[in-house]
Amino acid sequence: MSSIKGLGGRLYSGETSFNIVGNAKRWYALSALFTIISIGALAFQGLHLGIEFKGGSAYTFTSTTATVEQARTAVEGAGISSELIVQKVGDTKIRVQTGSLTNAQSDAVESVIVSTFGVSAESIDTQIIGPSWGKEITKKALYGLFAFLIVIMLFLAMTFEPKMAIAAIVAVVHDVFITVGIYALVGFDVTPATVIGFLTILGYSLYDTVVVFDKVRENTRSITSTSKQTYTQATNFAVNQTLVRSVNTSIIALIPVGSILFVGAGLLGAGTLKDLSLALFIGMIVGAYSSIFIAPPVLAQLREKEPAMIALAKRVHARGGAAVAAVTTSASVQTTDSSVGQRRGPRNQPKRKGRK
Amino acid sequence: MSTPNKVVKSSGRPGRALAILALILVGLGATSFITDATTVRLGLDLRGGTSVTLQPRASTAGNEVTSEAIDQAVEIIRQRVNSLGVAESEVTSQGSGTNRQIVISVPGENGRRVVDLVGQTAELRFRQVLASGLGIPASADTSTAATPVAGVSEAVNQAFANLDCTSAESLQGTGSDDPASAITACSKDGGTKYILAPAEVLGRQISKASAGIDTQAGSAWSVSLTFNGEGTSAFGALTARVTSLPEPTNQVAIVLDGIVQSSPRITEAIPSGTAQITGSFTQVEAQDLANVLKYGALPLAFDRGEVQQVSPTLGSEQLDAGLLAGALGLILVTIYSFFYYRGLGVVVTGSLAVAALMIYLLVLVLGEAIGFTLTLAGIAGIIVAVGITADSFVVYFERIRDEIREGRSLRSAVESGWIKARHTILVADAVSIIAAALLYFFAVGGVQGFAFTLGLTTLVDLLVVFIFTKPLMTIMARLRFFNSGHRFSGVSDKSSGVSRPTASVEA
Repeated sequence: MSSIKGLGGRLYSGETSFNIVGNAKRWYALSALFTIISIGALAFQGLHLGIEFKGGSAYTFTSTTATVEQARTAVEGAGISSELIVQKVGDTKIRVQTGSLTNAQSDAVESVIVSTFGVSAESIDTQIIGPSWGKEITKKALYGLFAFLIVIMLFLAMTFEPKMAIAAIVAVVHDVFITVGIYALVGFDVTPATVIGFLTILGYSLYDTVVVFDKVRENTRSITSTSKQTYTQATNFAVNQTLVRSVNTSIIALIPVGSILFVGAGLLGAGTLKDLSLALFIGMIVGAYSSIFIAPPVLAQLREKEPAMIALAKRVHARGGAAVAAVTTSASVQTTDSSVGQRRGPRNQPKRKGRK
Repeated sequence: MSTPNKVVKSSGRPGRALAILALILVGLGATSFITDATTVRLGLDLRGGTSVTLQPRASTAGNEVTSEAIDQAVEIIRQRVNSLGVAESEVTSQGSGTNRQIVISVPGENGRRVVDLVGQTAELRFRQVLASGLGIPASADTSTAATPVAGVSEAVNQAFANLDCTSAESLQGTGSDDPASAITACSKDGGTKYILAPAEVLGRQISKASAGIDTQAGSAWSVSLTFNGEGTSAFGALTARVTSLPEPTNQVAIVLDGIVQSSPRITEAIPSGTAQITGSFTQVEAQDLANVLKYGALPLAFDRGEVQQVSPTLGSEQLDAGLLAGALGLILVTIYSFFYYRGLGVVVTGSLAVAALMIYLLVLVLGEAIGFTLTLAGIAGIIVAVGITADSFVVYFERIRDEIREGRSLRSAVESGWIKARHTILVADAVSIIAAALLYFFAVGGVQGFAFTLGLTTLVDLLVVFIFTKPLMTIMARLRFFNSGHRFSGVSDKSSGVSRPTASVEA
């Protein structure tokens, strides 16, 4: 433990520094790869939609003796065979899922379950989804997504800087894309609870990004007057300073979500808890990644294009470039903006006052 | 950002903030006690029951889905569901404006009846009365001889004789309402039963209906009707035929859902397409009848979006699972914070405990005040928010460590770290609250509960950080265990990664 804590202190002072923003191309390439895989998975495999989206019925009943085969035979005997999926849920439950049924067919499935397995109609947990229902949910989810992006963009632009808002939104879109891609790739069921999970990720990913950007803003406030660091360097410093915090907030947020996932998937088998927490679990990990590796580099790139920042970079370069270059040994020290003096090694971040 | 003055002031008065917190908690506790909100209202997925979500759509080209029509439909469906007599049934609309769904929730095991009931989109019909009698079975009725009515089948006569309009079942309106055949039906109040001829005029042939005071006949309330072209000729023919017939066959029953809403006597042939129903109406009765005529049939057609039946067994399983996940999450977060933040774990645990208590009381009070019910998704929202709450502490603690790294003493780091952390926490929580609000607005079905509790918990988090965690840190910073930099305090030099030439001995 103490080594990590020591790391926190060293990261804060700049003694140890990971060149995260400088290696932006590496992270972009990684994310681009994931995005291409996501697009591929979406295009070729598509999402595995739950019955809520395509319409259909599900009947779950408890029986210690019933087997999947018996249930399948019984339901097929009632004349239902389209899109029939029979699964065992937990130890004692059987779940029968069908395509869209008429009311009469639905009654037939229930009565055959009642008569075959001796359960009462009231004890069967049923879920019947009309065929047009999915469109309605999809529409709402899309509206929610766009409304969210717009409102958050405005909010962040007002609270921070417009370019921070853009960078944050880029990271968020990245998160949703990759999370959805993972769903397509693995073939997890997508239900309304999953969609809500996806939308919640938006908020969560931003939470992480906000913590980092808050520090970036603090570090870059008087950057042009001191001329000690370029914007990219100041941003990278902020990312390093908040690294321990980002990791901690992510772990602490993942713990409860992991608990829900464990209980939901392990004890209940399926349903709201599992769907919601799985989407959150995957999305939070992707979100933690993007708040460190995607959002700050994008922000730095955007800002470095400003004339004031280009001028700053020149000043910094003229001032300390040569002295620093002599000390630098690390090969990984590169920044994305080629016009800037690149030779600032991680050990050459300015020392803080008050330290000894 | 506040001025340095303010900081000194707030740091000097941690007691006041804690007193405000105590006041809020006691206030919430007292409110729940006074309003008798002692148990959490659980959603159907946690206690068993059936919920049906209906998606409105225009039934014909002419009628549009309007907000009024949806309100009207909610009202009609509510009446139907209430007639079942199941306690705590709810009919609500969800969403906004015309883009709303109607959600019907019925607890317990009676749900199947409700599904059948609301499934039918009934229509208002005008039928000639063939016979009428007191609304009790023939065997109990000694005042009238049960003479079979000519022109209808034996089965209908038999059903009429046995019909008991005083039983709740007869008034559910689930009876057969085939427009092409003769039926038996009860009046709305259960006092009269009828044999009715096949339908001749349909509800959709009415173009207008309104209640008003008939100035000519004194100041009695009456209902005016206007038929469309088709309706005018059908109603004209019906009235012309029955007006000269003997009682009760000169009456025309207005039937909705198999229940006779009114059975006015036809005093003259009405070929004009406008009619007036008079009688001893009260204002409310007249308006109700006008509404029935206008909207009698559900004003819209509905697609059954989702039907969900949860047995009480599954409900209690889901409740247990939700509570277990919550307990597990809390315990693990507590362990992690003690592991990583050592002594400061006490602050995390204390703050989470205060937040949990506040949320519990709020759920109790809101359950009573606005009928908030806790669903499985809602529990998930609270648990997810535990992470967000704990994140606020992480942001604050790391800021305190940053300040210590800058060379400050713990006491001053607690104050200066707070000023910086406060901004981060406010912005980050604002993002969470915006997200929750939008989720709430765009959510469909049960997941709305998730957004609600997520937003609620984030608000509670803000409150707790401001009036509990921060004041507690101020007090703790005065304790020797923490400000002497004990190695288990979580704010020691080693924890913060500060190396000083000599050990810190600030008192």
